[in-house]
Amino acid sequence: MPATDTILDIQALTIRFHTRQGLVSAVDGLDLALRRCCVLGLVGESGCGKTVMSHALIRIEAPGRIEGGRISFFGRDGAAVMLDALDPGGSTIRRIRWKEIAMVFQEPMTSFGPQHTIGAQIGEAMALHGIASGRALQSAVVASLQSVGMPRPEQTARQYPHQLSGGMRQRAMIAMALSCHPNILIADEPTTALDVSTESQILELLRERQAELGMSILYISHNLGVVAQIAHEVAVMYLGRIVERAPVGVLFASPKHPYTRALLRSIPRVDRDCSGSIEGLSGNIPEPFARPAGCSFHPRCPDRLVGICDQVAPALRRMDDGSEVCCHLYRECAHG
Amino acid sequence: MTDTAASRHSASQWQLMWAKFKDHKLALVSLGVLGVFYSIALLGPFLAPCDSWQTSRFTFAPPARIHVFHNGRLMRPFVYGMKMTSDPRTFERSIAPDKSTVLPVRFFVRGAEYEWLWLVRGNLHLFGVDSGGQINLLGTDILGRDCFSRDIVSTQISVTVGLVGVFITFVLGCLIGGVSGYYGGVVDNVLQRFMEFVTCLPTIPMWMALGAAIPAQWSNLKVYFAITVILALRSWTGLSRQVRSKLLQLRDEDYIIAAKVAGASDSRIILTHLLPGFASYLIVSLTLEIPRMILGETTLSFFGLGLRPPTVSWGVLLQDAQNLAAISVYPWLMFPAIMVVVCVLAFNFLGDGLRDAADPYKE
Amino acid sequence: MAEPTPLLEVTNLSKSFALRGGFFDTPKGVVQAVDRVTLSIARGQTFGLVGESGCGKTTTARMIVRVVEPDGGEITFWDDELGRLDLCMLSGRQMRPLRRKIQMIFQDPYASLDPRMTVLRIVGEPLRATGCTDQRATRERVAEVLEMVGLRHEHMSRYPHAFSGGQRQRIGVARALATEPRLVVADEAVSALDVSVQAQILNLLRELQGRLDLTYLFIAHDLGVIRYICDVVGVMYLGRLVEVADKASLFRSPRHPYTEALLAAAPRPEPGQPIVHLPAPGTVPASGCPFLPRCRYQKDICTREAPELRQVAPGHTVSCHFDLGLTGV
Repeated sequence: MPATDTILDIQALTIRFHTRQGLVSAVDGLDLALRRCCVLGLVGESGCGKTVMSHALIRIEAPGRIEGGRISFFGRDGAAVMLDALDPGGSTIRRIRWKEIAMVFQEPMTSFGPQHTIGAQIGEAMALHGIASGRALQSAVVASLQSVGMPRPEQTARQYPHQLSGGMRQRAMIAMALSCHPNILIADEPTTALDVSTESQILELLRERQAELGMSILYISHNLGVVAQIAHEVAVMYLGRIVERAPVGVLFASPKHPYTRALLRSIPRVDRDCSGSIEGLSGNIPEPFARPAGCSFHPRCPDRLVGICDQVAPALRRMDDGSEVCCHLYRECAHG
Repeated sequence: MTDTAASRHSASQWQLMWAKFKDHKLALVSLGVLGVFYSIALLGPFLAPCDSWQTSRFTFAPPARIHVFHNGRLMRPFVYGMKMTSDPRTFERSIAPDKSTVLPVRFFVRGAEYEWLWLVRGNLHLFGVDSGGQINLLGTDILGRDCFSRDIVSTQISVTVGLVGVFITFVLGCLIGGVSGYYGGVVDNVLQRFMEFVTCLPTIPMWMALGAAIPAQWSNLKVYFAITVILALRSWTGLSRQVRSKLLQLRDEDYIIAAKVAGASDSRIILTHLLPGFASYLIVSLTLEIPRMILGETTLSFFGLGLRPPTVSWGVLLQDAQNLAAISVYPWLMFPAIMVVVCVLAFNFLGDGLRDAADPYKE
Repeated sequence: MAEPTPLLEVTNLSKSFALRGGFFDTPKGVVQAVDRVTLSIARGQTFGLVGESGCGKTTTARMIVRVVEPDGGEITFWDDELGRLDLCMLSGRQMRPLRRKIQMIFQDPYASLDPRMTVLRIVGEPLRATGCTDQRATRERVAEVLEMVGLRHEHMSRYPHAFSGGQRQRIGVARALATEPRLVVADEAVSALDVSVQAQILNLLRELQGRLDLTYLFIAHDLGVIRYICDVVGVMYLGRLVEVADKASLFRSPRHPYTEALLAAAPRPEPGQPIVHLPAPGTVPASGCPFLPRCRYQKDICTREAPELRQVAPGHTVSCHFDLGLTGV
């Protein structure tokens, strides 16, 4: 039973792609819960399925198919909506998109069509969801652009997407995403393509708006440094499953799962001399058609237990310090 | 690693393209249809039962029907001979089957002489009837010539005109587009403006003017090649523009710069990196260029400005079908139109399939 | 202690690009992408060039490998056999044998390998292009160099689409090493990789440097990576080198305000840190120091005169009017 402050509860989610070469399980039995007013950082490297999973939350996972599990969304009124059961083209999910769950993509141009001005597109979203209409629409659009720190909002509203720089386009996309005051914002690598200076500004913007609007953010990134700056909780994903989830302080201070530990050990520090001590992970991500048996991480795990890790998939264990980890190494010292 | 995965890893670009092409069923069917057309072009007069220039007195004869029953008896397939009859009341002459003459259809008969591919003399035909009789599967035309044979010989000319013209287009397009795209700058500017000028010339009037300028005394072969050159003169611009834009796009790719850093010369880069990069697009463009050439030649000949009798092509044959009588009374004269449509459609579907398969890395 | 022998020296290297626009592509202005950059790389050293996007580091790298022609300046290379050479004076043909000595690793592992060639052909290309026609020798060298980067020789017959990003980057490294170069320019070679793969490639590069006596010019925008792999660091801003120092001095006691700001703003994998912003860009002034709008230590002289690179400590040069002792990490 999810806690009452859970806004999104994902249980045993499975998403598969039927390709000409075979079946690919991009997401394989994923469990994740997002609390209200919380920033959850989702960390994973390429191929772990984080983008596919995030797309499934607003049902744009096609051509993949949800083949198992549950996505429960608890809206403002507390009633649960089963997102996985909705028709991807139906009116219910269309009402939910933008108004309840909004998304910001890595590539800012994805959200904006090139033929209309920024203002027109944001205004259209707002009008469709009944936020503002008629005369009030124009000022609502300008207000939303101003709230994301756009230097000259009235002018920007009249510009076309290709006329803006990368940072400004990203701000415009965040403005569009926040324009309908969603409950959940899914940010899929929003700052990966940006400069350090723009990145820090976008992160600060997201932090401020999140506190102000009381919304939850699912922040997806492969950059642990960025996640450390913005998240309250962190979940680590590998090959379609969550391997560890913990409050941000706990995860960085005492990472449990060998993959999390390896990731943290791989980061070269700017404030410390790490000469000789950063280690990557050995091996490569397994072929999508050749998932390892048992724990999917075991071929690359320096601490694997032969006979256990290569045969049985570990279950999620809850630990004392508030973290959860999927690893056989912790099967004794955890409460089930 | 599974077998299919391993083979996919070592699959070259062409193998990947073929795998993707096979999914496009319509393109596969079209490939088969075009195979039939080009086989007809290759075999030519061998497939035709009669000499395509042999006139007879049975003008506008309807298509002969192949029967297997004669007087109630089952026989090998045969056709009836023809006789001229006249209606007693209107004195209108018409052609009716002569049930007294039974002409069995035989295979591999010796018939009229022909030159195969302008090289080998022969007189073997795939099927036919004994000498003295005629088998007109698609009827005869105004001079009593067998339409089926003429359709086959015209196919030879029509589908190959496209090929020669496309070769010229290919060379011109690659050369000019390649130079333009690779060197850029002033060279590109000048060549582009020239290309645009040529593109602006109205096609059909230009063709007609050039067609009319062909001296009447030129031999048929000369006329044939002149027509292909005329057609190619107009179509190279499309291809060269495509070559240029692809080159401009590929020129700045990292792997091209890597090749420069590795010490590769310009010509080496063009040959080993750039050309294979757009070879697939080239093939698609060329495949779609051929039907345009075929239509172009058909149009020119239809207007009387292209190939002339006794050379036959689809356009020349269609000249005879330009009147109301052809549509209502002698519809078999319009059979070449069906061939044009089927051939052009087949090329277009093939080009579609090739275009879909052209970039196998765009999964 | 002997002075380290230089392998590559760049003096006053400059490059500008014309901005074109309008109907006839008329020139509208000039962007000074690289503005009189001077640096020196010693044998066996890793020189890091760091800066934000648009600072000119990639253009500098491309000029050094001679795929972009500089507008001015000299690039001096000390070759083992041919001695001291000015690369800018060499024609394309004269440059060819030197291409074996200077190679490059590219940023995007998906765009830097020709998808239509097998790994054997890709890695063997520098050998073939510089005159090695013996196919068997090429094949052997390719197998050798693939083993060095952690791949197997049966990978030779595969195509790039069969490999992951990290493996493709290894192929890129192998290609750069095929001709036994002396200098390898790594242009954001790990920026497009996942962090665990990045660490693998960085460790590989370090190991190869020791084994093969390589010299690296390493370009990146991530200061953590620079700190891990470089010996000497140069910081670029708007086409100019604003600070050059050995690693310890640069990170512990930077002297240029831009370096200080970059170090403060670099995200650390530690929760609870405040988000630090670089000062807003502002418009670049026509005269005076180009960093002026973002500098909190500015004085009068900064508006009038643009500073030159001058030495403030052994091995430490700064482009600033003052000798500021700033906060490092």
